[in-house]
Amino acid sequence: MKRVALLGMPNTGKSTFFNRITGASARVGNWPGVTVDLLGAKVLLGGEIVELVDLPGIYDLHGFSDDEQVVRHFLENNAVDLVLLIVNTSQIERQLSLVLQIKQLNLPAVVLLNMSDEARKFGITVDTQQMGEVLDLPTVSLSAKYGTGYKEAYQLINRAVQASHPVRLERIREMLAQDAQIEAAMEAALSKAVQIPVQLSDNLTARLDHVLLHPWFGLPLFFVVMYVLFQAIFFLGSPLQEGVGWALDQLRQGVLDPALAPAPAMLRGLLLDGIYNGVGTVAAFVPIIILFFLFMAIVEDTGYLSRAAFLMDALMSKMGLDGRSFVMMLMGFGCNVPALMGTRVMRSRALRLLTMLTIPFSLCSARLQVFIFITTALFTPRAAPVVLFSLYMFSFATAFLTALLFKKRFQNTEPFILELPPYRFPTLRQMALRGWHEARHFLNRASKFIIAGVVLVWLLTHFPAGAAPASPQTWAGMIGAFLSPLLDPIGINQQLAIALIFGFVAKEIVIGSLAVIYGMEGTALMGLMGHQLDWVQAYSFMLFTLIYTPCLSTIATIRSESKSLPFTLLAVGWPLGLAWLLSFAFYQGARALGY
Amino acid sequence: MNTVKLSALKPGEAGIISALNTEEDLFHRLAALGFRIGKQVNVIRGARFAGPLQVRIGTTDVMLRINEARKIDIKPLS
Repeated sequence: MKRVALLGMPNTGKSTFFNRITGASARVGNWPGVTVDLLGAKVLLGGEIVELVDLPGIYDLHGFSDDEQVVRHFLENNAVDLVLLIVNTSQIERQLSLVLQIKQLNLPAVVLLNMSDEARKFGITVDTQQMGEVLDLPTVSLSAKYGTGYKEAYQLINRAVQASHPVRLERIREMLAQDAQIEAAMEAALSKAVQIPVQLSDNLTARLDHVLLHPWFGLPLFFVVMYVLFQAIFFLGSPLQEGVGWALDQLRQGVLDPALAPAPAMLRGLLLDGIYNGVGTVAAFVPIIILFFLFMAIVEDTGYLSRAAFLMDALMSKMGLDGRSFVMMLMGFGCNVPALMGTRVMRSRALRLLTMLTIPFSLCSARLQVFIFITTALFTPRAAPVVLFSLYMFSFATAFLTALLFKKRFQNTEPFILELPPYRFPTLRQMALRGWHEARHFLNRASKFIIAGVVLVWLLTHFPAGAAPASPQTWAGMIGAFLSPLLDPIGINQQLAIALIFGFVAKEIVIGSLAVIYGMEGTALMGLMGHQLDWVQAYSFMLFTLIYTPCLSTIATIRSESKSLPFTLLAVGWPLGLAWLLSFAFYQGARALGY
Repeated sequence: MNTVKLSALKPGEAGIISALNTEEDLFHRLAALGFRIGKQVNVIRGARFAGPLQVRIGTTDVMLRINEARKIDIKPLS
């Protein structure tokens, strides 16, 4: 099978093009010589099925960043029949350098001048035919976003695939000529085929930046925007979540309960109370997660997040992080998992790991649920918002403390240089595709772990046989008793300890498990808990819940993204220790003060 | 004419790049973003608390830290 590689600089619309040409059918694959996952898809080009591989966006084949080495190693270990080079037309004056480097390697290539719509808006014109002649490469202009120019692009690509032959490279860096030569070739091509106005006419971006990057109002404005966004996610998501929960209940009562009635009680319990309920709890969160991804994709595609990085970088640099780390921590307030995956944009591994260590402290939506329930149960309506706000402060403080403590171990020397792209608004099609793509990715990743987790928790709370579910006689109860020397000093009793074990799988289950443990639901449960616990215990429990081990999906993501077991252990162990220390200090301090 | 560091330019000022005093890796990154000798840079704004600079080079807006801006020599345009 012929192999076609997709290559381009960051911010060229490469993934939009890839999604369009593959119809979002791409799969993650492993490649010789490359340790990171690359997306690949089988598509019909030039009358045959070819394998299309999406290489990371890179600036230059010379460089030493992770992504640049990935691309070099890929090309040195895998024969390639054709390279599709994506160029952002409005930045053609500098992006031609990558095209010329590929040409120097004698790789067969087709040049796709993307974002032609934006270039036209800026008044940049390219004589495509002339450009093709100067470069001596098939060249076509298109817009991946709006889908224009595709017919011609396909024709060119098809012809190129038919004429192609595999090329394998060795020692790429030695093959590349001096920069001066490339620069001269760039000048020649630009002067013949490209016209760029002296003054760029993107007034909208300049006007928006004037407000959004304002020296004093820029940051407050950013927080307002994020606040409104999170509110919107929950405002729109909660009814959907309840709807899914209701539908799952109906399915169980109407179909599954009768269907499984003849099965042995043990098996029925495992299948229904264990797997179905456990997976159902998570499934009910899918609407919120899809909305979250959708909104984040919009914010990301508009180019606003790189502005947030600009505004926060000064503070973050003092903690060994940079502006992008802050953006990822913010994303973590929705859900830690996509935020962890988002750190892929960082080139330096040390910076990436340090950021991944701080993200799990972000008070995600699942934890928020637990806190809202408990603050309502144990605090007056006047005190509740203040309590919640204090937990958000703890969330930031623990993240920053972690960065400060570990910045020496994960020393980051990467210069912080980032493009500020013009503001863009994604099309509906783009938004839908992004949301769907990310949600599917999340479900694939999470499902295996969650099923294994809920089965384990069900077994722990239902065995040995004959013990009342979640009672002290079960294994979970024994673990609770075993842990009591550790948890008593921080005011967490054995019932709460069992809930913490549930919370290890997913924070979403904590409230549900409390319902099982206390044997009641909703307002009755709130009343009973208000009776049994005092506010010092409750706050200590919330502090511990906020900081301790992130959920299983987060751990799985840390493991797969860091590809390091020692790091994963650190990311589990450190928050666990910190949670205990802070809860201990709080609980004993409050008791010492007489509360 | 005198050269200054890019970090010394104020928002609204512009200059021509005369030298890139950087290690190889950063040199390639800057070159790929359009920072080449003889090109014009405009400083658009700086973030509060000695944060990064926003500069325009050709058709690209780039943010970079003061630290990196110190490594770029500029002939100011008045």
